[in-house]
Amino acid sequence: MSEKNPTADRMPSYLADEHGLRTWLATTDHKRIGIMFMIAVTVFFFLGGLAASFIRIELATPDGDLLTSDGYNRAFTLHGVIMVWFFLIPSIPSVFGNFLIPIMIGAKDMAFPKLNLFSWYLLVGGGLFTLYSLVAGGVDTGWTFYTPLSTMFSNGHVVAVIVGVFVVGFSSIFTGLNIIVTVHTLRAPGMTWFRLPLFVWSLYATSVILVLATPVLAITLLLVAAEHLFQVGVFDPALGGDPLLFQHLFWFYSHPAVYIMILPAMGVMSELVTAAAHKRIFGYRFVAYSSLAIAVIGFMVWGHHMFVAGQSMYASMVFSLLSFLVAIPSAIKVYNWTATLYKSNLTINAPFLFAVTFIGLFVIGGVTGLFLALLAADVHVHDTYFVVAHFHYIMVGAAVAGFFGALHFWWPKMTGRMYSQLWGKISASTIFIGFNLTFFPQFILGYLGMPRRYHSYPDDFMFLHVMSSTGATVLAVGYVLPFFYLLWSLRYGPLADDDPWEAAGLEWRTSSPPPTHNFVETPIVDFEAYEYPPEATHGTS
Amino acid sequence: MEPRREYLAEHFQTPAQQREATYLGIWLFLATELMMFGGVFLVIYYYRVAHTQAVAEAMRHLHYLLAGANSALLLTGSLCMTLVVEAARRQAYTRLKWMLAAAALFGLAFLAIKGFEYAWEVREGLLPPGSPNSPLTEPASRLYFNIYLFATGLHAVHVLIAVVLAAGMLFRIHTGHMQLPERAVTLEAVAFYWHLVDVIWILLYVSLYLVGRGA
Repeated sequence: MSEKNPTADRMPSYLADEHGLRTWLATTDHKRIGIMFMIAVTVFFFLGGLAASFIRIELATPDGDLLTSDGYNRAFTLHGVIMVWFFLIPSIPSVFGNFLIPIMIGAKDMAFPKLNLFSWYLLVGGGLFTLYSLVAGGVDTGWTFYTPLSTMFSNGHVVAVIVGVFVVGFSSIFTGLNIIVTVHTLRAPGMTWFRLPLFVWSLYATSVILVLATPVLAITLLLVAAEHLFQVGVFDPALGGDPLLFQHLFWFYSHPAVYIMILPAMGVMSELVTAAAHKRIFGYRFVAYSSLAIAVIGFMVWGHHMFVAGQSMYASMVFSLLSFLVAIPSAIKVYNWTATLYKSNLTINAPFLFAVTFIGLFVIGGVTGLFLALLAADVHVHDTYFVVAHFHYIMVGAAVAGFFGALHFWWPKMTGRMYSQLWGKISASTIFIGFNLTFFPQFILGYLGMPRRYHSYPDDFMFLHVMSSTGATVLAVGYVLPFFYLLWSLRYGPLADDDPWEAAGLEWRTSSPPPTHNFVETPIVDFEAYEYPPEATHGTS
Repeated sequence: MEPRREYLAEHFQTPAQQREATYLGIWLFLATELMMFGGVFLVIYYYRVAHTQAVAEAMRHLHYLLAGANSALLLTGSLCMTLVVEAARRQAYTRLKWMLAAAALFGLAFLAIKGFEYAWEVREGLLPPGSPNSPLTEPASRLYFNIYLFATGLHAVHVLIAVVLAAGMLFRIHTGHMQLPERAVTLEAVAFYWHLVDVIWILLYVSLYLVGRGA
């Protein structure tokens, strides 16, 4: 059913167009930049994972025997900083957003190609600098840099890490800016807003958050750095400064940042689910608008991180209510995906298994989020492993499943090669089992009162911690597996069709891998999004 | 004379599309600047509410006349930038260069006065904030000077960038590296940035120096 791009065979693919490392490092092709982002974030993912493995090994026994308490603090700071800013936030927007958005909307490139390349250098430069500071000096503040710990008591390397995060913030801002401008101005003729794939809608919503929230993080970090370096303190309690003000500013960015991580994965889900079901998405407009709703409401819930920090009770009540509200658009998406799958002619392949992994883990993470939005329940489980488990279900379970799902779904398009479906399914299943084994016990640990960020604990908690560490081993296997079979496919995998999944969407109408300017001629879009043949929807009846 | 280069990047279909993308990009960038200074204004106003008396005491030590003169300089610089854009559209090169130079000079004058103001504050013991011979008695008054130093310092960095941008444009036009009126949009971008730095200053001036002195 794939419609061959008639002259695509005469055009060299973006991979074969030019050769040599220099042509990559100086490229302005959004696809090559996307691949470069993929390599960078993969490296950061494994480094952050390495720190996580130190944490889990330490917690396998009740005594603090592998790491000192200070070493443990440094390990989870390294883990958090690297995973949040150098993997999760750039992962889907910078890799797949970059690669796919211009193709999906029928454009030749992003609106600002040089800025796009610059954004990659900012990520890599900021990342290496941060990594060096974290390893050489060791920072013990956690990824949240709370004052006055970060401003008055931490060692000087905290400033270096802050500078690294500040730099990578601009990488986020530029990527977000580029995506917004690209979607507004570069859509192909006929590509109206409501013909856009839902992936583009959710990346658009993500970019709004990136552009509006990241500068607030930047200024907050500058204030911390000024206080640490020059004693120009605005949070200093000795002068009547308010550390809670720091938390407000920090979470004004960092809560929306969670939506920066999950919204793109939700966009991936809409593509994966429709391709597996061979069917138009159920409730296109609801899914599209729910992305915007999440972006907007997500800006107004940050106070739920401060329920026990001394925030006004009335503010907490409002934040609690708003936190409940954000569950509505999230639930709309989940219901619409499942409704799309209902009675469809389902193809169960590797990307689909990652999609159901996402849905399962996201629902658990989302529902436990409601426990935390409830003021009274939050007082009991605040700063315990319950919170750790909750946000890992969203940010790791769901968001990384989205990233891997996207990787498996668009790999044939990006590389022109197919990988082993069997290994893909094994990886997805291993991740699902390993993840639940790692993090479900942590809900119970937290409920029983195990606080987060401790390297030793009472013997009673040992069984659940050992279960969690065992699960982490399984999870690590699941995450590492694709590295091998995907690389293997680059050389030995069968050549991929233009449309190996029989999916709809402009990206499947160009060759695999696409030529440098994506299409031989600018496509004229005269079809709706997810235009699947109607008989497919009743295939089983 | 060499033939005019076409200023349409290959991924755009029409010049109008390219122009639209450039404008949207500029506006979004300015939005990020606003959000960034938004954080500073939040800090300023939160402490004004939390420590009204101490803040008023600190404000009475700030030199609002110097800062008022500075406001006039910066606004005049902005006017020059507006005239730059207008001259660029008409390809009035001489006027364009004069106006760019004037804008850069007004920016430099602003920075000079700001530097003088800081020096005066150091002599008075107001800066650096931890100074032992500070006339400020309340700790929160010193906190306010910390915020003042941070906010005006960050703003001064922005003025410096604006000056460098104007000087850079002047250099490019002088050496013939800018085709007009096609690239007038670049000058417009710089002008937008100038105006933003200007608007932020006006808000900072009112918030830091003027409102609430008598409290």
